[in-house]
Amino acid sequence: MKKREIAVIGGGPAGLMAALYASRMGAAVTLLERHYNPGGQLVKQTHKFFGSQKQYAATRGIDIPQNLLKEIEQQEVEILLDTNVLGYYPDDGVIGYEKDEKFHTLKPDRLIVATGATENVLPFTNNDLPGIYGAGAVQTLMNEYGIVPGKKALMVGAGNIGLIISYQLMQAGVEVEGIIVRGPIIRGYGVHAAKVRRMGVPINTCCTVKSAHGSTCLEKVTTINLTENRETIPGTEREIHVDLLCIATGLSPLTELLWQAGCQMEYVAELGGHVSLRDKNMRTSQESIFVAGDASGIEEASMAMVEGMLAGLCAAKDLGYDDGRFKELYNDAIMQLSELRSGSDSEKVRKGLKECTLKEVTS
Amino acid sequence: MRIASHPVVQFSRDKKIKFYFEGKELEGYEGETIAAALHSAGIKDYHYSPRLNRPRGFFCAIGNCSSCLMEVDGVSNVRVCTEKLIEGMKVQRQQGKGILKP
Repeated sequence: MKKREIAVIGGGPAGLMAALYASRMGAAVTLLERHYNPGGQLVKQTHKFFGSQKQYAATRGIDIPQNLLKEIEQQEVEILLDTNVLGYYPDDGVIGYEKDEKFHTLKPDRLIVATGATENVLPFTNNDLPGIYGAGAVQTLMNEYGIVPGKKALMVGAGNIGLIISYQLMQAGVEVEGIIVRGPIIRGYGVHAAKVRRMGVPINTCCTVKSAHGSTCLEKVTTINLTENRETIPGTEREIHVDLLCIATGLSPLTELLWQAGCQMEYVAELGGHVSLRDKNMRTSQESIFVAGDASGIEEASMAMVEGMLAGLCAAKDLGYDDGRFKELYNDAIMQLSELRSGSDSEKVRKGLKECTLKEVTS
Repeated sequence: MRIASHPVVQFSRDKKIKFYFEGKELEGYEGETIAAALHSAGIKDYHYSPRLNRPRGFFCAIGNCSSCLMEVDGVSNVRVCTEKLIEGMKVQRQQGKGILKP
């Protein structure tokens, strides 16, 4: 069995930052990533990021992993790609993973779980027809592999993901028939909504999918309008001929390993589902396990990066590592998070975090 | 269909490779997934459900949901959304739960 000071599971924005800062402090780090290309969901984010310079604002998501990897290369981080973590054995503190079709085990002194999130499905008749995809899946097809995902599309959801991907669909040559959203308001940023509207895409609020139709693949969608209390209004059905239906109705944290590890979990709707309790340093109720990024609650990639930095710093400090800059970097990370979450857009997240943040901090 | 030109991304399509879908020869590019190659050929139904024989394609495209299971080179339950395409691969739609080989 392999031993390592720190293992980071997940090579997305949170995991890369965790590995970078833990190794900068001096710890020996192994990062495990299931994809053959590190970066997590950044690899398909062709738009420029908001936020401040520290979180790569004005940089396109697709360019961030390379920047981070260049910095990581200067440290001694072991990066295992094409590697699926299969389970955590809490009695021994061991993770099991598959690489090259073989089963391996690894026992880290500290574990950082940065496994990200999965896209939510939407219940309606025939929602399993091919052609009905998560919006992120469509982004993978278009922006990572250069495949036109369909001819005509309908987007469900008007958060930032729904709005941005509608625009990206048009960049890929897909006709976007419209965006529908269940609630009465558009949750995404006004600037994104204005951009798609200028390109002639209508955004219909109080509207959802009633059913999908097609023999082997999607051919048609029936939508129905809703009252502000989300009751369907009979007689408002509308048929839309599309071969692509994108579901952008939110994400749920991927927390299987945290459950297996026996971390205390809590359902926090504001953070997208079940999340582990954690202190403000991202330590879970299990002393040796930290969490960061969407796995700890759904937010933007910029927050995930700073959470990863914080978890990496604190996990390394636990093991006695400090290159002299710990305090400065730690304070900086705490401040960045509070700045990123200070706006009115983050009100929901702030409320959610109150429900799952442990009071005692062991820093 | 493939995106011919994109305002932001340059797609590297260096090496064309051949593979077989239900016995028919198709082309894809080295470095892409099986699902990407199939989707570009217009094939979206990958799997038929065990009880009701309903068509299934992928949903998440990143290996979370297991909606895209296919039979690849005789092995069932391969998630084609994350499995890389390899020259000469034989890919079949999977019926139901597939067959576990001893």
